[in-house]
Amino acid sequence: MIGRFVLAALSLAVLVIPLVAPTYYVLMMLPFMAYAVVLLGLNLLFGYTGLVSFGHALFIGIGAYAGAFLTTHTTVRSLELILLVAGALGAVAAAVVGALCVRYVKIYFGMLTLAFGMLFYTFLLKFYRLTGGDEGMRVLRPTLLGLDLGQMPKTDYLAGPYYYYSLGVLVVATVLMWRIVHSPFGLCLRTVRDNPAKAEALGLGVTRYRWHAFVISAVYAAVGGALLGPPTGNVDPTLAYWTQSGNIVFMTLLGGFASFFGPVLGAFVFIFLQDTVMSVLPYWRLVFGAILAFVVIFAPSGLMGLFARRAPAEAPAAR
Amino acid sequence: MARPVCARRGTLMLEARDVTKFYGDFCALAGVSLTVRAGEFVSIIGPNGAGKSTLINVLTGTLAPTSGTVRFKERDIRGIGPVALTRLGMARSFQLVHVFPDLTVAETIEAAVVSRLGRGTRLFASLAKDTVVREQALEVAELFGLAGKRHVVARQLAQGDKKLLDVASAFALRPEIILLDEPTSGVSTSDKTGIMEILVTASRRIGCRAIIQVEHDMDIVFGYSDRIVALHQGRVLADAAPAAIKADPHVMDTVVGRLREAS
Repeated sequence: MIGRFVLAALSLAVLVIPLVAPTYYVLMMLPFMAYAVVLLGLNLLFGYTGLVSFGHALFIGIGAYAGAFLTTHTTVRSLELILLVAGALGAVAAAVVGALCVRYVKIYFGMLTLAFGMLFYTFLLKFYRLTGGDEGMRVLRPTLLGLDLGQMPKTDYLAGPYYYYSLGVLVVATVLMWRIVHSPFGLCLRTVRDNPAKAEALGLGVTRYRWHAFVISAVYAAVGGALLGPPTGNVDPTLAYWTQSGNIVFMTLLGGFASFFGPVLGAFVFIFLQDTVMSVLPYWRLVFGAILAFVVIFAPSGLMGLFARRAPAEAPAAR
Repeated sequence: MARPVCARRGTLMLEARDVTKFYGDFCALAGVSLTVRAGEFVSIIGPNGAGKSTLINVLTGTLAPTSGTVRFKERDIRGIGPVALTRLGMARSFQLVHVFPDLTVAETIEAAVVSRLGRGTRLFASLAKDTVVREQALEVAELFGLAGKRHVVARQLAQGDKKLLDVASAFALRPEIILLDEPTSGVSTSDKTGIMEILVTASRRIGCRAIIQVEHDMDIVFGYSDRIVALHQGRVLADAAPAAIKADPHVMDTVVGRLREAS
């Protein structure tokens, strides 16, 4: 009941932010919403399937570069089409990478995903002609639902139509993910996370479920990645660098992987905290490192765990 | 007290022939043959190191034998793995308690029902609104006396209830044959008969045609089995009805006596 009230209040807040908040903060909501989409997907793998990927920047990169490539090398400007292509490319890449990775668990899975992430990063950096190397590629302003808003001043475009478009994508992504985790499929993922041997004894193919979760999470990462491009108008290989993969794992831990909305909260806090810390200190990574250590040791179920009215004994054990 | 699982028996369901299994130089099973027919309750007994665990892993397709054949419903099941075997109609429970720590009792049984109905790939369907899955899971929970605890998370259950939940989820697959690895281990003596009664009733209700169990408690073994297979040093020492086993001083001395001492 309280949860629904909080959700309704927050929904109202994000709807009115562009009308009341300073543009600077409205623009900061854009990467938040993009990362929130990424994290909803990542947490299907992390929180619900029990696999920690250190290579999901690979799929963020695929999504972001898909948008850049389509707008600069083809006549495609429709953001809907860009998101579709990004998601499809993410799925194809994840189908291959996932098939090779999901047979392994724990650190081996993490390291393998990291390795594929690094491969893709190097590809972006070295295949200069296709990717623009370290300078990256431009992302031309996409049309939204067929509306060409090319004449609009950039800030108005981003803080208005683009904001609501991103919000729409986030809402759809949230509803779909909510259905996925509450479906029979979602239950099967949790059995795989909790006890793979028992899941197999119940006839649930562990590798197959892990692979499906991996592919779905990659689609989310790619769609989120595609949303990251237009606000800056440029994509570069740092989007696919391993620190990016680390950041999204950090956001998930910060918010709490045991809760559906935890990672979304994590993304929000991360982005606004990063901005605040960077404005007062040049050593923001130092502060974030300390926060990460604090979260892992003292609040393993993240910020969401602090809010939830759960007894400590019920808090999920760190996996 | 011997009670057949169902009246009509006879069809050959599971057959292992001349199964040997080596771990390096060590011979765990040396030419074991075993059949299980519909309607039978078969107990496998033997002291530690007799090869019971290896035999179970071979019979459940978890482990491929070094030589010999294993057939279930006339299909070769050597090393086919638990997922495929479940589809064919064989389920198992584990010696050490296997539960999903963060899932509730209801969710655990529902997972088995979802698996059996092949609904595990329903991505966007609501589990809460799937009345078929929920009703069937509730039915199994009631059979095992777990209905009142269906919202309890597995890791908070008492040891005996965890054991019941493990077995209940295997029964929720509605297998034709079920293999129970020490279904009453870790349970107090007074609770053992209760669990066995539940198992026998449940298997009748769901139409399970045969039960194989590995058990150390001789009262349970002699009280419930139609047939007892005694293993010793990787070989079948005896394969007979409880009365015949009791009448064989050699088997009683080598296998049963030792188990009695151990327990």
